[in-house]
Parts: sequence; C-alpha cells; structure tokens
Amino acid sequence: MSTPEHTASAPQPQSQSAAAAVRADNQDPSLFGQTPWQTVGPFFHFGLPWNGCADLTGPSQMGGRADLMPTGFAALRGPERRDAAAPVGERIQISGHVFDGRGRPVPDALLEIWQANASGCYRGSGFAGQGPASIDQGFFGFGRAATAEDGSFCFRTIRPGRVHFTSSGGALQAPHIALGVLGRGLLKRLMTRIYFDDEPSSAEDAILRLVPEHRRATLMAQRIDAAAGGAVPGSDPSAHYRFDVRLQGERETVFFDY
Amino acid sequence: MGTIQTVNAQLSNAGADFRREDGAQPPSLFAPYASTVERAPHEPLLRIPQTPTEQSGPNEWEALFGEQVTDLTCTRGAPAQGQRIIVCGQVLDEDRRPVANTLIEMWQANAAGRYAHERDQWDAPLDPNFSGAGRVLTDAQGRYRYTTVRPGAYPWGNHYNAWRPAHIHLSLMGPAFATRLVTQMYFPDDPLIEIDPIANAVPRAYRQRMVAHFDINITQPSYALGYRFDIVLRGRAATPLRAQT
Ligand SMILES: [Fe+3]
Repeated sequence: MSTPEHTASAPQPQSQSAAAAVRADNQDPSLFGQTPWQTVGPFFHFGLPWNGCADLTGPSQMGGRADLMPTGFAALRGPERRDAAAPVGERIQISGHVFDGRGRPVPDALLEIWQANASGCYRGSGFAGQGPASIDQGFFGFGRAATAEDGSFCFRTIRPGRVHFTSSGGALQAPHIALGVLGRGLLKRLMTRIYFDDEPSSAEDAILRLVPEHRRATLMAQRIDAAAGGAVPGSDPSAHYRFDVRLQGERETVFFDY
Repeated sequence: MGTIQTVNAQLSNAGADFRREDGAQPPSLFAPYASTVERAPHEPLLRIPQTPTEQSGPNEWEALFGEQVTDLTCTRGAPAQGQRIIVCGQVLDEDRRPVANTLIEMWQANAAGRYAHERDQWDAPLDPNFSGAGRVLTDAQGRYRYTTVRPGAYPWGNHYNAWRPAHIHLSLMGPAFATRLVTQMYFPDDPLIEIDPIANAVPRAYRQRMVAHFDINITQPSYALGYRFDIVLRGRAATPLRAQT
C-alpha cells in the first residue's frame, strides 16, 4: 500500500536534465534532426529482399534467401512481373563475394544497386533527364541481393549508359552502378560504385580520379572471358563481371561519403 | 506517380545537393557492438560530390517492390499473438518538408522476441500468425500508419547477458539514393536502451531520436495502443540557382 510517506521518500532523479534526457523522444522539438542509422542486423531476409530483386532484366527468383525462412513462413511478396517488357540494352551479370577484415565471407550482407538505363537515364525522382522518351518501361534500375552462406551475390542487369556529371549537363561520367552495402555489423550503409574494367571512358571519370590510383582497382568489375568461365559470345547475359567487396583491410574497397 | 505536378516537383528538385550526415549518425566502428570490429572499413570514407546518380532514386514503389502490407497482425488468417499497436508519424526532411510517396519497409520480432528466420535459434515460440514484415507508402503530407504487435526483447551473443531492447527495423529510400536510411524504432521507458551497444553507437545526445512517443490520441479504444514516430531524412543543402518554371 502506498502512503504519502512512501511517495515522499521515493528515489528522485539525479537532476532535472537527467530525467528529461530519459523521457525525451522523437517528438521533443530540441531533438529534431536526421534520424540516426542503425544496422539491418542478421534477420532482414524476410523483410527486405523480394523474389527476383537481384534480376533487373526479367522475372526470376534471384536475390532472396528462401532457405532462411522457417517452414510455413515466407518472405514478403514481390511485384507481379507477368507483363513486364524486356529492358533495352546489353544484359550483363555481376557476381562476387563480400569479405570481412579477416578475409572471411560475409553471409548476412545485403547489397543494393541503383543505375541508369542503357541510354544513361535514371528512372525515378530527382533526375532531370531527356524527358519521358528516355524512360525504359522494362527497367527500373534498382535491385537488391542478399549474400549466400559463402558470401556470394549475383546481379543480372543492363549495361548502364553514360550519365552527365551534373544535372545541367556537362561532362559525362563513365558507366557505373551505385552500390550500397548493408549487413550485420554495419551500423550504417557503406556506399561505393561499380565501374567496368573494359570500359575506356573509366580512365577519365571525374569521380574515379578522386580515388588514389593504387585503390582504383577495388571499384573495377573485371570482365571474365569465356575461357575462364565467363559468357560465350552471343549468350545471355552476354558479359560476366566479377566484383568483390572487401569491407576492411588488404585491398579494402573504397567507400564514399556523399 | 505520373502526374504533371509530380514531374514538375521532380524537375525543380533535380540537381540540388543533399546535406551530409549530421552528428547523429553512428560511426562504422563501435567496438561495444562486436560485429563492427572486423567489418568496419579501416580507411577513411572518400568524400565525393553528389552527381545525378546520388541525387536520384526509384519512386514507382508498388511496381518495383510489390503491394503494401500495412496490418501485420492479420496477414495469415488468425490474429497475431501479443499487444496490438498502431504506429504512425510523418517522414520529413531537415527543413520539415514532408517526404511524400516514399516507401517505408519494416520487419520485427514477434511478441515473444522471436524472428521468423532460420538463423534465430532462441527458443521463444514462433507465432504461426505473425511473419513480422510489412511495407507502407507515405501520403502527400508524408504521413504513414501501420498496425502490428509490440515486439519482444530478445537475447543476443554480443556479450554476457546481452538483450536487445524491443525494436522495429525500418528502411526508407527517400527521394534519392543519397537519402537512404535504415534505422530501428525503440519504445519509450525501455530500460534496455540505456545498455544496448547498437542504440548507443549513436551519440547519446541524439539517441532518443529513435524512441517513439506514446500517444493516447493515436491509441484506439478497446483496440490498440498508439505510438508516434516521425522520421527525418537528409534535406537539401541549398536551393539551386535555376529558373522556377
Ligand atoms: Fe532486430
């Protein structure tokens, strides 16, 4: 039974400010500002990847981890793609592994890509491109891939066209794909880019030039030729590239702040 | 969205830089969260200018991701176990402008603190009527709303007797690839927040930005408790010098 005496002798907060700090929440006007990043943790597979999220070229099951769903459970459903038009451009495949600082594969990472279509236009908000005619109805340009137990991932997409360096035009960038790396142990996304080692314009790309020369190779997807197990001429996809992500240490991937 | 207004809004925003991280963002390396030690880069991040690649982002959500799932308590026939809650709020940028038509994805443990995931080997029961994932779009004022159950706290292997505070994982794309945000929403008065290495990777002064607000006006009689959680994405750095047409 609570008495007035008990109430009076109840422990008091150390100070008003300590009490306020404990009570503060996202509705506190003095706290207004960017919501902080937090890790996706190890259990994102039923919420983020959808069926086929790593295949930007057509319907398939690439990119998810159905093997991680308990019996009777399934990941969130993806979109209906029955009537989707085939995208314009050259189909390519980019595969690789994600490694940690000890060179071990990372089995619980999520990769996200964002890229222009074959004519160098982004489909979505924030792009003042060449108008509706530049939109490829069969290509969104966004994809995800959860890494497998061996740390591997694989995207199937379209070779991106060249995009201007600024929204008002000017110099062209080399073909590239924006890449975000999320995962357990990654408190915030690591941002990088995928370039192509057989693309001559990479040599004069303004962003790549900001990267110290000895580290540029970490951003280059390497074409695998047919003799080494890559695509044979005329096949689909018509080019295979390897791109590994090294989170830390030797040959560490260059990550950006933008 | 294919309206003229939307297209014009996109064009007038094109080319504007987004602000950089503020002091609220955690470092990549935070040793008390042990998994960061071998995964955080050693090299400093390389600062680059934003180009159309970083300033644009997808916006045709249902065609790209699939349909919305805004009530997680009744996706599988029978009602889910646990305390039903409504979470709503507004997605804003740093200038308090609403972020309309943006996708929020959420995933969480069930009321017992167990994820519907093979790698979650804690012996708390799975709820056959709760899968724990959803997605919702913001309206023209940036508002969103979904119904779920309050997730339980759960143990993890980070250190002796480690327990995660109850949380809902949230993923937002925002208007551009640069504005991507993945965060966790915590609940007020949860004593585990104070001792959680993941929440505390965020500098203390900003940590409570991730704590939802209990709101009796969102609470519905004889139905569900209500929480408000506003989410703030990076805003525009400056108005570009261009004719407004
Ligand atoms: Fe979690």
